[in-house]
Amino acid sequence: MTSNTYVGSSPNRVGGYDRVTGAQQYVADIHLADELHAKLVTINESKARIISIDTTKAEQVPGVRLVMTPDDLPKPMPRFGPQYQDRPVLAADTVNYYGEPIAAVAADTKEAAEEGAAAVVVEYEVLPNVHTIDAALAPDAPLVQDPSLRVGETFANTNIKTEINFGWGDIADVEADADFVIEREYEFPMVTHFAIEPHAFIAQPDGDELNVWSTIQHPFQLQKTLARLLNIPLSKLRVFAPDPGGGFGGKQHPKLEPLVSYMALKTGRPVRLIMSLEETFQAVRRPSTRVRVRMGLTSDGMMVFKDIETNYLIGAYVDIADRVASKSSYVAAGPYKVPVVKIVGRTILSNTAPTTAFRGFGVPQITWARESTLDEAALELGIDRFEIRRRNVPEKGYEFVPGDTPADGEWIQTIDKAAELIGWDTPLPEGHGRGVALGLKSGPTTGLSYSTVRLLADGSAILFSGTSDMGQGARTVFAQIVAQEMGIPLESVNVIMGDTATVPYDQQTSASRSTVLMGTSVYRACKDVHGKVKAMAAKVHGVDESGIEVDGGVVRMAGEDLPIMDVVTAGLGPLGGEVIGNGEMRKDKVPGHPLAGSAAFFEFNCTAIEATVDDETGEIQIIKHVTVGDVGTALNPQQVHGQDDGAAIMGLGHSLMEGYILDEEGRTRNLGAIDYRIPTSKDLPIELISASIENHDGPGPYGVKGVSEGSLLCTAPAVGAAVRDATGLIIRDLPLTPQRVWEAMREQES
Amino acid sequence: MSELIEIEATINGRDRSLEIAPNHTLLDVLRDQLGLTGTKECCVVGECGACTVVVDGIPMNSCLMLAVEIDGRDVTSVEGLATDGHLDALQQAFLDVSAPQCGFCIPGQLMSAHALLQSNPDPTIDDVHEALGGNLCRCAGYLQITEAVLVAAKAGKE
Repeated sequence: MTSNTYVGSSPNRVGGYDRVTGAQQYVADIHLADELHAKLVTINESKARIISIDTTKAEQVPGVRLVMTPDDLPKPMPRFGPQYQDRPVLAADTVNYYGEPIAAVAADTKEAAEEGAAAVVVEYEVLPNVHTIDAALAPDAPLVQDPSLRVGETFANTNIKTEINFGWGDIADVEADADFVIEREYEFPMVTHFAIEPHAFIAQPDGDELNVWSTIQHPFQLQKTLARLLNIPLSKLRVFAPDPGGGFGGKQHPKLEPLVSYMALKTGRPVRLIMSLEETFQAVRRPSTRVRVRMGLTSDGMMVFKDIETNYLIGAYVDIADRVASKSSYVAAGPYKVPVVKIVGRTILSNTAPTTAFRGFGVPQITWARESTLDEAALELGIDRFEIRRRNVPEKGYEFVPGDTPADGEWIQTIDKAAELIGWDTPLPEGHGRGVALGLKSGPTTGLSYSTVRLLADGSAILFSGTSDMGQGARTVFAQIVAQEMGIPLESVNVIMGDTATVPYDQQTSASRSTVLMGTSVYRACKDVHGKVKAMAAKVHGVDESGIEVDGGVVRMAGEDLPIMDVVTAGLGPLGGEVIGNGEMRKDKVPGHPLAGSAAFFEFNCTAIEATVDDETGEIQIIKHVTVGDVGTALNPQQVHGQDDGAAIMGLGHSLMEGYILDEEGRTRNLGAIDYRIPTSKDLPIELISASIENHDGPGPYGVKGVSEGSLLCTAPAVGAAVRDATGLIIRDLPLTPQRVWEAMREQES
Repeated sequence: MSELIEIEATINGRDRSLEIAPNHTLLDVLRDQLGLTGTKECCVVGECGACTVVVDGIPMNSCLMLAVEIDGRDVTSVEGLATDGHLDALQQAFLDVSAPQCGFCIPGQLMSAHALLQSNPDPTIDDVHEALGGNLCRCAGYLQITEAVLVAAKAGKE
C-alpha cells in the first residue's frame, strides 16, 4: 500500500449504490407497525389570537385517533430552540406566523388525518402583524413576541431581538484620510432551502424509551431537546437520523419532533408526520436582509474604513437566527485589510416563518451589499475591479480581524486563478459584461466530535461517526481516511451514522466543519488503533515499542515494513476479536470572544461571471461562471467539484429567480414548486468552471479546509456586476428577475 | 371509503393484479401499497420530477397520474432498472461520475434519462437538459447528471 492511496482520490461515493437503485432509505420511506399518520392544523393568518379550538367533528372522522391541541400539552406550553427557548410545541394562545401549527390530528390513514385536520374548527381574532423591517421597527409596531417571554432583554419592548456591535478603531480618526466615500444600501430577499426531501418525523414509544426518526442534521441536539422537554434520560431517547435528502442548514434544528413525540406518547402508537413541500416552506427560510455599507477609500483604491449596518428580518421565533446575524456580521468587512471598521447588526422579529441557518449562514446577504458597493466604488475611482481587490486582500498570516484567526491562505492565488479562468484581460464581445466578487466565511468556532474505529479480524473496519451525510459526502471522505490509515481497501470500510444509541456524540453537521473536525476525530481514532497495533507488534515480535512506527497502514520495525493486518492477525491470536480506536476533536469555547471562539478556518472564494442581458425580455444569460476556492487539500476532488458546482448554481438561484412573495397580511403567496422557482438543468451557465487552490495548509487531516459553502457566498454580487458591466444598470435588490431587469432598463431609457 | 377497483398492470417486468382506491395516485400505490419507495415524493404538483416513473416508455410524474390509469400498461420505476443485482448502464454511469449527492432526486432523474435513451440513444447535451428539465436537483449536480447520461449513452453504443 503506497502512502497516499486515498488522499486526493475520488472513489465512488459510499452510499452511492443505494442512491442509484432506490434502496437508500430516507425518513419517509420507513414504516412502523401500527403507525398513525399526522396532519397539522393551521389558519390562513399570520397573526391571530386563538379563542377556541373545537375538535368534536374531527374526532368523529372514522380513523381519527387523536386531535392534539394545546390542552393536551403540559402547562405552561413547553418551548424550545437552539438559542432561546421561545418556540412553542403548538401555537400558544396566539398564531405568530402564517403556517404555525395550532393543533394536529393523528389517524390510521393519511386521508383520515387530512379529513380530520380540515374538520377542526378554530375560532380566532385577527391581530395586526408585521412582516417588513420598516413595519417591525415603526414606533407603534405591534410586538411579535410578548415581553413577558423576554425578561431581562434590552429590547424586550420592541421587535428588535438583538443588536450587536463589532469593529476596531474610530472612524472619526481616519475619515479625513479617505479621498472618496461611498454609501449604498442593498436588499436580499427571503429565500428557502427547498431540499428536495421535505421534512419528515416519526416518533415511537417503546416501553420507557422513545425512538424518534427525523430528517435532522443535528441528531444529538434533537436528542438533548427531546430529553429535556419529555424528561427522558439521554440513554433512553434514541434518535435515528437517516441520511437527509438535502439539508443546506434548513434541517439543523428541531422543528416538529417535539409535537410528534407528544402525540406518540399520548396515543401509545408510532406517529409519522411527513410534511408537504408547502409546509416545509412555512417552517424554514433564510433571513431577508437590508445592508447599508459606507466605505472610505484613498484615490488609489486602498480601504480606509468601513461602516456597515446589517438588519436581518427574522421570523416569529429565533431558531438560530441571532447566531446567523452575529457570525456573518463579525466578518462583514470581508477579506480585506481595513484599518478601521464599525459594524452594527440587528435581528428583527416579524410574523413570518422562522429563519434558520442556510448555506453561507448570513454571509451571502452581506456579501451582496459589500462587494456590490465596492464595485460601484471601483467604477467611480476608475480602478480595475480585480485590481482593487488584489490591493486590499490580506497576505497569509495577516490578522484582518484584529486578535482573531489570521488569513489562513495565499488568497491572492485564488483571485489570480479566477482572473485567468474568466479571461479578465481578454476582449469582451459586444453586449457582454463581466463581474467579480470575493467571499469569506468563518468556519466553525466551536466543535466536539467523537468517533470510533473498529478494525475487525478479517481486515475490514467499521467507523462510527455522528456526522450527517446529506449529500456532501461525509461517509466517503471518512472512509477514505480509515482506508488510508488502516491500509485496507475502501470497499471494506463500513460507516455507521445517524443513530444516537450506537454512534458517539457529535455536536453538529454545519459550517462546512465535518471534514476538518470530525475528519480529525476519525484520524485520531485511527491513530489510537495504530497505538494498539504498535503494542501488539512489540509483544508479537518481542521488540521494544520505541523501535516501531505505524503509519498509513504499515508497521515499520527493524527495517521491515509489515501490513497492519499481519500484525493484528498475529496479535489477536486464535480467539480473533478486533482492535478498537477512539478519536476526539474538541474546539472549546473561548471566554469573552464575541463568537465564543475563533474561526477554525476560513472559506475564501473568488467568483467571476460573464453575462449578457436580453434587451427585449430582461433575461440574464450567464455565459461563463468561474468559482475558485482555497480548499487546503481536496481530499476527494470529485466531491469538492460537486459541492462547488452545486453551491454556485444555488447561488444563481437567489441571484436570478428566488424569493418569497408575501401578501399585505404576511401570508407567503408562492409556497411550493409551481410559483417558487429554483434553477433547473435549463438555467445553467453555458460554461461553469469550479477550481481549487491547494496549498495543503488547512487545519484538518492532510491539510484540508471546509469547502461546502464557498461557491455561493459571492455569486450575487458577481452576477450583479456583470449585468452592470453589460448594461450600465445598477440594481440593488435581488433576485435579478427578467421583470426587475426589464423595468430597470425601461427606466434607464426614460 | 370508495370501492376498490381491480386492475392489471406490468410493474418492473412483473404482471400484477391490483386492487386500487380510485383516489390514489400512481405515486401513492407505488410507495404505500407496493412498498416501492425508490420513487420519491416532494412537490406533488408535477413540478419537481422526484416521482418520475416510465409508463409505456413515457416519463410521467406519478403524483399526477391516478393509479387506475395504469390498467393494462407497463410501468418501470427505479427498482426496475437493475437486473439480477447488476446496475444498468445509466445507474453505473451515475455512480461513476458521482451524480448523486443527497440522492433524493436521483430516482426521478434516472427515469427521465431512461426514457430519453430509449427514444433517443444518442442525445446531445441540449437533449439531456431538455429531457431532464423537469427534474429538480437542489444539490445542483446537474453537470454530473448530464455527464452521466452522456456516458451511459456512449456505453450503450459500444
